[in-house]
Amino acid sequence: MIRRLLISKWTKVAVFLLCLAPAGLLVFRTFTARLGANPIETITHTTGDWTIWFLLITLSITPLRKLASQPDLIRFRRMMGLWAFFYACLHFLTLIVFDHFFDVQSILADVYKRPFITVGFLAFVLMIPLAITSTKGMIRRLGKKWQLLHRLVYLTAALGVVHYYWLVKSDVTLPLRYGAILAFLLACRVAFWWQSRHAASEALRKRDTARAT
Amino acid sequence: MLIGKPKALPYSLVTSKADYLNRRRFLSTVLAGGTAAAIGGRLAVPEAYAQSGRKLSGLTKSPFSTTEKMNSFEDITTYNNYYEFGTGKDEPAVYAKNFKTTPWTVSLEGEVTQPKTLDMDAIMKLAPLEERIYRHRCVEGWSIVVPWIGFSLSALLKQVVPTAKAKYISFETYFDTKQMPKWRSAGIQLPYVEGLRMDEAMHPLTLLGVGLYGQVLPNQNGAPLRLVVPWKYGFKSIKSIVKIKFVEKQPPTTWNIAISNEYGFYSNVNPKVDHPRWTQAKERRLGEVFRRDTLMFNGYDQVASLYAGMDLKKNY
Repeated sequence: MIRRLLISKWTKVAVFLLCLAPAGLLVFRTFTARLGANPIETITHTTGDWTIWFLLITLSITPLRKLASQPDLIRFRRMMGLWAFFYACLHFLTLIVFDHFFDVQSILADVYKRPFITVGFLAFVLMIPLAITSTKGMIRRLGKKWQLLHRLVYLTAALGVVHYYWLVKSDVTLPLRYGAILAFLLACRVAFWWQSRHAASEALRKRDTARAT
Repeated sequence: MLIGKPKALPYSLVTSKADYLNRRRFLSTVLAGGTAAAIGGRLAVPEAYAQSGRKLSGLTKSPFSTTEKMNSFEDITTYNNYYEFGTGKDEPAVYAKNFKTTPWTVSLEGEVTQPKTLDMDAIMKLAPLEERIYRHRCVEGWSIVVPWIGFSLSALLKQVVPTAKAKYISFETYFDTKQMPKWRSAGIQLPYVEGLRMDEAMHPLTLLGVGLYGQVLPNQNGAPLRLVVPWKYGFKSIKSIVKIKFVEKQPPTTWNIAISNEYGFYSNVNPKVDHPRWTQAKERRLGEVFRRDTLMFNGYDQVASLYAGMDLKKNY
């Protein structure tokens, strides 16, 4: 039943629309003047928040596949990653247009001088090759290298959390919460890796003992 | 006879929630005032100053006012930094709603010949209330134009006689964990403390704010009385003051305690001295899309002489 749902084309369409909703809501709030006293700040923060959320969702797919035994969840991983990139683009675009009005020099000065912007920018830049190589053709062409390359997403997510942590003045509750979720998701991977290594060596040992007897 | 459903009440006849709440507040204020008048035999409404929404009358205009476009009452009262009531800008408006500001007293103490404690009734009578429209620049890079009501802080400070040792004034915000539900996540040491040099405190621009937009201060804006120092970053303008102490040495200030290399004692608005994490050269005026240039001393050049000969990069 769950599997049928996961592989249905309509589920994908529904998920796609759901992921578009935060952006749609922002547009709606913009045109109905519901963005609060500082609309640009609201847009910046909302798109930033959703970038991190989509990165965390992307990273939770592999653990979920294994823990819930739902391998078909893989069908949504690329889409989640691309949504993270989409919101990161909006986030960066807000900075370019509303904070600097396309003044490249002042953007570069900010990237160079402000550590929280430096790491945020780096996180964004690292997402670009991942987005470009997310097509089926690229996956085929890059082979084993593809997986290696796409491990960059761990770095992007970590930099994203640091970016947020360095931005806030004193109340670090939210960035720490994101950090804790990310730490858990990465710990899952370490656990899986350790488990599979352990299983492999166990198999090897069994084979050897079988040979010896 | 035709029996039909009664027509639905048209929307134009429905009392809006704001009006309805206002009416309630009006009634309770009148009742409270009436009772007080019956007991005290006078018509003023003692200890009702902090009743939110209470109108202030007999205001005089101030030559210090800017002619720039004021921000809306909504902007001013829904975008606040008051960490005791939450670190989100929209949180103080929600969590300070039930903050009790009556009765309220302020103590003047420290290096003075005779300490004094004044209640709000007495403070409101110290000087005629003025409307002063000031620019307000936050260290975070946004600014707002507010029609404050109050009078120069000096009128309050003159109620006591400082000793020869008094060089600085330190201020303290009321602190009550029961009334300030969000104090734990504030991430700063509380109670909030601030300070000014004596000449800064006595400067006529330095305002003791008791209201805005023709009414008493809303709780989230620092009711019932706060400091407004328009040439310094907003965090210097301490809210809900209960203690004013004359001291000999430069007093500790909350944000300086929290992160000393980012928030100095002086914290004058200065486009040439960046905050370590962001530029101070520009600011976003609430209601505007693009950022505008930040002015030295937030445009209040008349205070420049206070800092003659001082290195303002060092004394940030």
